[in-house]
Amino acid sequence: MADAEEPEKKRRRFEDLTEKMAVDSGHRDSGCDWEGRWNHVKKFLERPGPFTHPDFEPSTESLQFLLETCKILVIGAGGLGCELLKNLALSGFRLIHVVDMDTIDVSNLNRQFLFRPKDVGRPKAHVAADFINSRIAGCKVVPHFKKIQDFNDSFYRQFHIIVCGLDSIIARRWINGMLISLLSYDEGVLDPSSIIPLIDGGTEGFKGNARVILPGMTACIDCTLELYPPQINFPMCTIASMPRLPEHCIEYVRILQWPKDGPFGDTSLDGDNPEHIQWVFERSQERAAEFSITGVTYRLTQGVVKRIIPAVASTNAVIAAACATEVFKIATSAYIPLNNYLVFNDVDGLYTYTFEAERKENCTACSQVPQDLQFPPSAKLQEVLEYLTETASLQMKSPAITTTLEGKNKTLYLQSVKSIEERTRPNLCKTLKELGLSDGQEIAVADVTTPQTVLFKLNFTA
Amino acid sequence: MAAATKGSKEQKYDRQLRLWGDHGQETLENAHVCLINATATGTEILKNLVLPGIGAFTIVDGHTVAGEDVGNKLTFLLQNRAQAATELLQELNSDVSGNFVEESPDKLLDNDPEFFHRFTIVIGVQLPESTCLRLGSVLWTASVPFLVCKTYGLLGYMRLVVQEHTVIESHPDNALEDLRLDQPFDEFKNHINSYDLTSMEKKDHSHTPWIIIVAKYLERWYLWTSGLLQLIAVEDLFNSEQCSNITVQSSSFWMMLRAVKEFVYNEGNGSLPVRGTIPDMIADSQKFINLQNVYREKSLQDAAAVSKHVERLLQSVGKPVESISEKDIKLFCKNAAFLRVVRCRSLAEEYHVDSINKDEITSCMESPDSEMVFYLMIRAVDRFYQLHSRYPGVYNYQVEEDISKLKLCVNSLLQEYSLNVNIKDDYIHEFCRYGAAEPHTVSAFLGGSAAQEAIKIISHQFVPFNNTFIYNAMSQTSATFQL
Repeated sequence: MADAEEPEKKRRRFEDLTEKMAVDSGHRDSGCDWEGRWNHVKKFLERPGPFTHPDFEPSTESLQFLLETCKILVIGAGGLGCELLKNLALSGFRLIHVVDMDTIDVSNLNRQFLFRPKDVGRPKAHVAADFINSRIAGCKVVPHFKKIQDFNDSFYRQFHIIVCGLDSIIARRWINGMLISLLSYDEGVLDPSSIIPLIDGGTEGFKGNARVILPGMTACIDCTLELYPPQINFPMCTIASMPRLPEHCIEYVRILQWPKDGPFGDTSLDGDNPEHIQWVFERSQERAAEFSITGVTYRLTQGVVKRIIPAVASTNAVIAAACATEVFKIATSAYIPLNNYLVFNDVDGLYTYTFEAERKENCTACSQVPQDLQFPPSAKLQEVLEYLTETASLQMKSPAITTTLEGKNKTLYLQSVKSIEERTRPNLCKTLKELGLSDGQEIAVADVTTPQTVLFKLNFTA
Repeated sequence: MAAATKGSKEQKYDRQLRLWGDHGQETLENAHVCLINATATGTEILKNLVLPGIGAFTIVDGHTVAGEDVGNKLTFLLQNRAQAATELLQELNSDVSGNFVEESPDKLLDNDPEFFHRFTIVIGVQLPESTCLRLGSVLWTASVPFLVCKTYGLLGYMRLVVQEHTVIESHPDNALEDLRLDQPFDEFKNHINSYDLTSMEKKDHSHTPWIIIVAKYLERWYLWTSGLLQLIAVEDLFNSEQCSNITVQSSSFWMMLRAVKEFVYNEGNGSLPVRGTIPDMIADSQKFINLQNVYREKSLQDAAAVSKHVERLLQSVGKPVESISEKDIKLFCKNAAFLRVVRCRSLAEEYHVDSINKDEITSCMESPDSEMVFYLMIRAVDRFYQLHSRYPGVYNYQVEEDISKLKLCVNSLLQEYSLNVNIKDDYIHEFCRYGAAEPHTVSAFLGGSAAQEAIKIISHQFVPFNNTFIYNAMSQTSATFQL
């Protein structure tokens, strides 16, 4: 954690942060700052205090740094994102970029307050940026109606701090991997100026969490992958022949009946299409009636098909607030940042728990240690594939496995491109020996969960 | 309500309806919330109530918008703060009606204290101590829930003041199932006996619900625990005065509770009404549904028996039998093991020298990291305001000189209440440093927290805190105290 570093390095990092963005440094926008505008913020930047970060030095320049230089990336302009943008803008941050690949839906309006009914259908990033820029004088939010994967390292490198309000673990792992790939090591020692802090927030109903990640220094997303509960998927035998709950009936229609009946031509089931949901709802009711199961409703149907997670404004407000507080602390060194994980739950009273998540020694993402793959030479490639997808610490989605044989790059198995999948599928039944792999062989695995390939070392067991 | 609007409301509120249901939403839409002081904290709280669709709000605020007010919230300059906030908040949800009163709460308390009686809940933000206590007393007598909120520098403070708040649907995170394996009722026993595990084929075995299998073995092994655990939670409520003394004033909660108590000591043979639901488990559909129906039918039977008791009680106090619906009784029975009653002490009790919770304060202060020190500092700062008509350290030149003044307030506070605790000078310095700042992110944290507590009070779902909550943004920690 930050305060474990030597004072010299810490001071250098703060200076690096201030010098980082040369582009806008000459631009003074003090014209839009009326008397007293930043009073609430200044008290924390211009006054000494007993609980400040050891690095903190009161000055009038910190406010200028926030207003003119500090560049923040907000990932997601949904429940957390809207709150984050507001929080950052009202805390003095002006150079903000926001990335979101979604458009606005009616069901967002109960909490994503930068949007109005007339905005339904428009890109979230654009509408959010417009709102903030027009209501908070001086703020310049730059929107990107894109996926995070559409950007490369040069895009991410420009930011001082990145804060996420994502709704998928895959995306979190991806940005986590990206920031780790930006780290540079000087003779094995991490260069602190290559660290971009990542603040990550997540909510679900009345529960939420906020965490501070200093890539290469503190626990990363993958270090604590086991903290994320696995997604509920009902066993196929239950869905196909032994339904007991209304959810089983709905899954039957979604997974088995829809492809079979092809109700709207060849289109795949679209959870946002009310006609599709209505069809699934009616068929689910029929299935439920067959088995005397009650409880199939339209709302349940939609919830199951879209894997809807309940959400309210309050939880998002709390978690985004905690995240923004950390962004402020890190940007200004005003206080020691959260170290490093906060859990929140307000079902019964208000409960918070703060702890230090530990780094995993052999973390696939941040440990820099090539991962060990232990298999007998007689093991089939299929077993390796299963290991990559099923192990709790890896949880890959559709890994592409490649290696170097006889000096040439060889794809052992790749699922995402149909023609290559067909060509390499027979390899799954071959043994590692048959495939020409030897003890100590390096295997490279690519997957959606990480922007960089993960290197494994094959270790033949008896 | 027109079908079109109802449909679009359902769509808009879909994500939250999955948490508190249509009936919960209805309570929100019938609520009228009063916010006193549209500061950053106040507007954040109200935003998080307007978005989910409360029926109406009224902002009471005598201040005009200052430069720094526009710095830490979304609002407009040169307007009465109440009006500016109302306009902005209205934009967020056209289903909500907003009103404002350009008046200080003290004036209203002087001239028209009954003004506050119309509200479902009153939320007072950044109130000086004297106003807070005055208002607290009026609302206590009128049985209007009062939520006090304050953002002070990097601290957030909330105090809930409600005499008695009943919760039927507490939605516990980890609820024990109600399987009655320890004391199987007759219909369940018969159902178990209809299975002969020894004559089954392997496939049928593996499709037999585990409840049946465990029940078979438990027939030889009597288990007490799960039955008792259930009852203990509710026992306290059974023994309370409101339950023993049913009058025409008794709320439907206490009526139904008394009816359940009667059931427990009669038809229930010491147990609560059967809940009626079982967890999913690997089993073939028929076996599972049949088993589920055994529990479901028993729960209907038990609810009917409770209903009879409810009828009797209503008649005994001269109320019509229709006063409490079958639907409500069924919901009550289903949640019988999870009922909660929250009773907060009044502000008068908290502040009075004879009734202050000394034990809680002193024992917490024994841990160096306890948030209790911030509660005492907030009280000290209130005292400072009372004495000097301003908060410490607002202007830079005041910071140093106010430290000793604030220290005097701290000492007089501790002395007055005979609190033998030590508060380090660092905290006094820090609170002068804050200069009564209301930074946006701390306001926003409190905004979310307070709004949800208000929703709990309005909807009577989920359990509110009791009664003091402190949030420390420096360490990202929090604590709840019962003061």
